[in-house]
Amino acid sequence: MIATLSLHLAIGIGILLAAPVLRRWAAPLAAVPSLASLAFALTIAPDVLDGEPWTATFTWVPGLDLSVDLFVDGLGLVMILLVSGIGLAIAAYSGSYFAPNATAARTAGLLVLFAGAMLGLVTAEHVVILYLFWELTSILSWLLIGQRHTDPAARAAATHALVLTGSGGLALLGGLVILAREAGTWSVVELLTDPPGGTAAGVGLGLVVLGIVTKSAQYPFHAWLPGAMVAPTPVSAYLHSATMVKAGIYLALRLAPAFVHLDAWQPVVLTIGLLTMVAGGLRAIRQDDLKLLLAFGTVSQLGFLFVLSGSGFEYATIAGVTLLIAHALFKATLFLVVGIVDHQAHTRDRHELLDLRLGTGWGPVRVCAVLTAASMAGVPLMAGFIAKEEAYAAFVYEGGAVGVIGLVGIVTGSVLTMAYSLRFAAVFWRQSDRDDADVTPPSWTFGAPVYVLTALTIAIGLVPAPIIGDLVDVASGDLLGREVAGELALWHGINTALVLSVLTIAAGVLLWRLTDPFVRLTGRAAPPIDGYRAFQIGLEGLFTLARVTTTRIQTGSLPRYIAIILMVVVGGPALVAVATTSLPDLADPLDVPVQLALAGLIAGAALATIFVPRRLGAVVVLGGVGYGMAGLFVAQGAPDLALTQFAIETLTIVAFVLVLRQLPARFSRSDDRAGQLRRMGAAAVVGVGAFVLVLAVSGTDPTTPASDLAVTQAVPEAEGRNIVNVILVDFRGLDTLGEIAVLLVAAVGVTTLARVGRRPPRTGVPPLPEIDPLDPATIDKDART
Amino acid sequence: MKRSVIVDVTARLILPSALLFALHLLLSGHDRPGGGFVGGLVAGATIALIFVAGGMDDVRSVVPVRPWTILGGGLAVAASVATVPILLGNPVMDNWKLSMDLPLLGDAKISSALVFDIGVAAVVIGTIFMVFEAFGDEEPPEFRGEVRPAPGSGQRPEVES
Repeated sequence: MIATLSLHLAIGIGILLAAPVLRRWAAPLAAVPSLASLAFALTIAPDVLDGEPWTATFTWVPGLDLSVDLFVDGLGLVMILLVSGIGLAIAAYSGSYFAPNATAARTAGLLVLFAGAMLGLVTAEHVVILYLFWELTSILSWLLIGQRHTDPAARAAATHALVLTGSGGLALLGGLVILAREAGTWSVVELLTDPPGGTAAGVGLGLVVLGIVTKSAQYPFHAWLPGAMVAPTPVSAYLHSATMVKAGIYLALRLAPAFVHLDAWQPVVLTIGLLTMVAGGLRAIRQDDLKLLLAFGTVSQLGFLFVLSGSGFEYATIAGVTLLIAHALFKATLFLVVGIVDHQAHTRDRHELLDLRLGTGWGPVRVCAVLTAASMAGVPLMAGFIAKEEAYAAFVYEGGAVGVIGLVGIVTGSVLTMAYSLRFAAVFWRQSDRDDADVTPPSWTFGAPVYVLTALTIAIGLVPAPIIGDLVDVASGDLLGREVAGELALWHGINTALVLSVLTIAAGVLLWRLTDPFVRLTGRAAPPIDGYRAFQIGLEGLFTLARVTTTRIQTGSLPRYIAIILMVVVGGPALVAVATTSLPDLADPLDVPVQLALAGLIAGAALATIFVPRRLGAVVVLGGVGYGMAGLFVAQGAPDLALTQFAIETLTIVAFVLVLRQLPARFSRSDDRAGQLRRMGAAAVVGVGAFVLVLAVSGTDPTTPASDLAVTQAVPEAEGRNIVNVILVDFRGLDTLGEIAVLLVAAVGVTTLARVGRRPPRTGVPPLPEIDPLDPATIDKDART
Repeated sequence: MKRSVIVDVTARLILPSALLFALHLLLSGHDRPGGGFVGGLVAGATIALIFVAGGMDDVRSVVPVRPWTILGGGLAVAASVATVPILLGNPVMDNWKLSMDLPLLGDAKISSALVFDIGVAAVVIGTIFMVFEAFGDEEPPEFRGEVRPAPGSGQRPEVES
């Protein structure tokens, strides 16, 4: 598997680098990693199906115990087969869909990388590795959606997707870290077999669910998915069938059995999932653009999947895994069909398509479109029916409030699904009788992926048990931690689920016949603001908040900055010291007599600085404070500190001189009494604070001073006799590394600030474009070039 | 900037011994007073000396590398002392030591601590050099925007030209 992941990485980056040269060879090359991954899945399949998950560990930094842990159980196997199988179909299809140019090759390369990230996500056994691949899929989908980057609509849609799924990813990271800390393990398997409880774990779980619902486009975070339809259709087909949005479903399937016992879990999952299923369906049945219809249909189906995969009881899990497979097959096929139509007929609008003639040669594509739409609708003989039947049966069997609410919700959603599937399919069985409207049929190679996937859908629909029965049972069994038997079959006899299916189909047909009045009726109830607009308002609000905060805090007054920083840094700890410790008596200042003279020098220099009228003079007098300090260090027997203090003081004066050349020679006189008082107050706070702080620190009396360890260990451990240096470069060497890194940043900052006046000023954040991401004109222009 | 013969000659006289002193502080710092920080500061002070004698032109001609190279190189050296042991399977900042017998000098040891200190010194030198690079040029950088008094400070603008 590690080799397979590396192959994805190598070939993906290779294609990206060589995109201008590869052109038409990119698509066949992109199929290679998928083939390798499928081959790997087949070699481990017998063991996994026997109940022995495959595991591997690759240690890359032994010193820090950093390793990449991978595992493939039943669900992992299902996901690998889907990701790589659909990936293979997409690669084959892309060869015909795109004109053979560098952009197409770039898309192929990104798709390979994306497939690799998805495979890593579903095989990760380490929590952080899982998160890493999760974010990779977000970033790569951003690149894929924004592929036509000269188009503002594409950029806006890509940003929308990235901001939503990326924020969700951050929530996921926070949640996973909390859960892993509560559980005391970074292993995904151990975390789920012994799930943590308590308030902290609950918060962590909530954050993880937030990550899942943004990634899987659940309401109210669904809007990025329809917006992402600006991407080329092969990309949409891949992202929204087998990958990307399935990442959330995958995680929900894994988490549900471990956390279903929590009181809040099922209500949350059912509410979000059912709302998404019904609302997505309501949007889907009013679409005229076939790709948008599929997009909202995907949102609806994701709600369905979330309900099933999150419910956590046995039959729902089995139904969830079955629908995962069925949905990947039919949704990929339907997107590919739309891509073919768009490519050949240059339209996706159902009215325009009904005016065209898909004549001889279109037969296979039309049949596939209708059959696959039937699978989406859950019509018998198709894979979708098996999954939906299993879902109905699960909620009937579960009973209780969950069973009733769940059943009502998914039946309502399925009626809507039936209606929009018919709306989609009708385009392909009704035909125009105009003779002049012939559309060139697609070539056999263009259609081949559609035919193969449709054949699979029918095969699973007819005889599910031999094809996916074991796979579904093992995947569900591994999730639940016990043997299960889903007994997938076309005919279970006449039972409640079957009756509900018949009712669903009948109601769906009725709703489809009444679509126009129904849309008029529900149109009034539609929300006044769409998802993209809400996102836009939210983002602009964030920018405004940032701007307002910045102008409040960054007033541009250097004295004010320094006063605030010093008062916080010195005054704060001093207050804490006074509140928490009793201050000791002053040490005898005359234990080293010269100290008194040095203290006098320091105090005198500090006072004199205030009264010197010229800036240069003030700096030199201020230097007296520093040299006095160095003298105190010598008096207390700290030559290292004294040396450093002398050197620093000298250099500070030189640096001051450099800056003073650009300032007036004399201080300006100020008559602002209030300002003076404020500055005096700040100075007093800092002065008294520093005094109290030093006194408090000198009074602490740990039973074993930290210096003991340094003194005894310096020579044997670090072979150095200068303890100060040993501490700096050895005992606390990492601190020093951090400090010099800060020094570097400060130096770069100073230089940048000094030079910033030489560059033209920058303007603010450019506003988001005023576009309608659901305007069919902006969607996937590649098909028509 | 006018050149002063006295400053010029004094600078030339002091320069080699100051650099030697900086080197001494750096190399002997592990056992005697000194170390990377103070060694770097003294070496940085020699830059100040050259600057006082001959301005930025002299500084740039005497020091052949650019400040950011010294800065980044120093951090890279120090960071690699910390991280390379990890790659070899040892703890972070693991110690190592090379002892050898050199002609004339006798026993000499190179330890990880010394290499780390050299990195620290380079960062310190680079930082000081950066400050001169930022402010040391004869023509002060022109300010595009006017210098505004801080809101509420009641001060008049301080612009002199």
